[in-house]
Amino acid sequence: MEHLSQLVLIAFGAALINNFVLKYFVGICPFLGVSRRVDMAFGMGCAVTFVVAIAATLSWTFTYYILRPDAPLTAWVWQKISPGSTAVVDLSILNYIVYIFVIASSVQLVEMYVRKFFPALYKSFGVFLPLITTNCAILFACLMVMKYISEEAWGLDKAITLAVFAGVGFTIAIVIMAGIREELDHCDVPRPLRGAGITLIIAGILALAFMGFSGVDRSLANLLK
Amino acid sequence: MAKDEPTPLERFIRGILPENPVYRQLLGMCPTLAVTASMKAAMTMSGAVLFVLFCANVLTSLIRHLLKPHLRILVFTLTIAAFVTIADRFLAAYMYEMSKQLGPYVPLIIVNCIIICRCEVCASKQPVLTAATDALGQSVGFALGLASIASVREILGSGEWFGLAVMGDWWIDWGIMILPPGAFITLGLLLGTANWIGSGRAKRGARES
Repeated sequence: MEHLSQLVLIAFGAALINNFVLKYFVGICPFLGVSRRVDMAFGMGCAVTFVVAIAATLSWTFTYYILRPDAPLTAWVWQKISPGSTAVVDLSILNYIVYIFVIASSVQLVEMYVRKFFPALYKSFGVFLPLITTNCAILFACLMVMKYISEEAWGLDKAITLAVFAGVGFTIAIVIMAGIREELDHCDVPRPLRGAGITLIIAGILALAFMGFSGVDRSLANLLK
Repeated sequence: MAKDEPTPLERFIRGILPENPVYRQLLGMCPTLAVTASMKAAMTMSGAVLFVLFCANVLTSLIRHLLKPHLRILVFTLTIAAFVTIADRFLAAYMYEMSKQLGPYVPLIIVNCIIICRCEVCASKQPVLTAATDALGQSVGFALGLASIASVREILGSGEWFGLAVMGDWWIDWGIMILPPGAFITLGLLLGTANWIGSGRAKRGARES
């Protein structure tokens, strides 16, 4: 029960309170670039959720078993190489390189999958699917997983919950944005602000609205107790 | 090589204003928004970006004949990741407080579009000197963009600039400016201003000629 309520809190926190786009500013490029139409925004959101879940799972596995100080697999290999050694092997200097490798390969995987099973969606994504590799939201999720493994000894279930609901939060934000921008086409926006300017200002107002969720986690924790 | 290819010096100048990464190309938005709550954080970030962009550009330019087209993005990213690890460790060792404050945004330089874009557009095709000046110009432009946003946010949000009090005691801090919404709104308005100035200049130029 304790564990389940922790998962609920993580999910709620990742999706709404600490929304990736509006609180941490990661994933701004697709947020500005693909938010013209609601259906495309939704597709992009789903793709990001999928990739972020895979990438976080893989990076949790790598970090937990290989990269963190005194990780089981590395320690076992080290014992084989130099038996009886008491040195602690720390491979965490390789963290970033491993993460970026994991992300690039999982994006490749998703691209092949979408091209085979959803050709129409693949065509409408165009250049944006490979661009997910350089989407900061995914690396950011991996980095958060890394941080929580070292600080709070998170298990795989918590990491996956965080990643999936962070993706859901991204989808929520980008779909709301696309909905507003569809209406915006009928408005008379001052010429210099057209395009990115007005989008950023709207994002600011959205962020203001999402700030209303802060503190909800505390009352939710009391409720679940 | 084409005749109207810009010289290294032109590339340096071009990065600062006409092709400013923040205002003109809208690249590298994540750090632009995230670290501009104070000038110190913004300048540290610019320093890190300068180091990574310079090293990555020079290295990419040196190995440009070895690059295979389908693998080049991967090579760029891994090169950048290695330099970012160096920068991150350096910050953690010598500027611990700042490294804590910047947190995950230093590793996020890896996926900063500016660096990959410069590697792809310039460094993978040009000799080392051109690539180096291009990197310097782009990072100075980036630093200027960051400085403008951070100045507005820090002065309005906490009445200080680089930690020095500039507003008098009568000033009431606009708390919202150092929170996330302030970042979005400041950048939106500054972008609008930049476009407005740019379009005014273009009109005048058209009238004179």
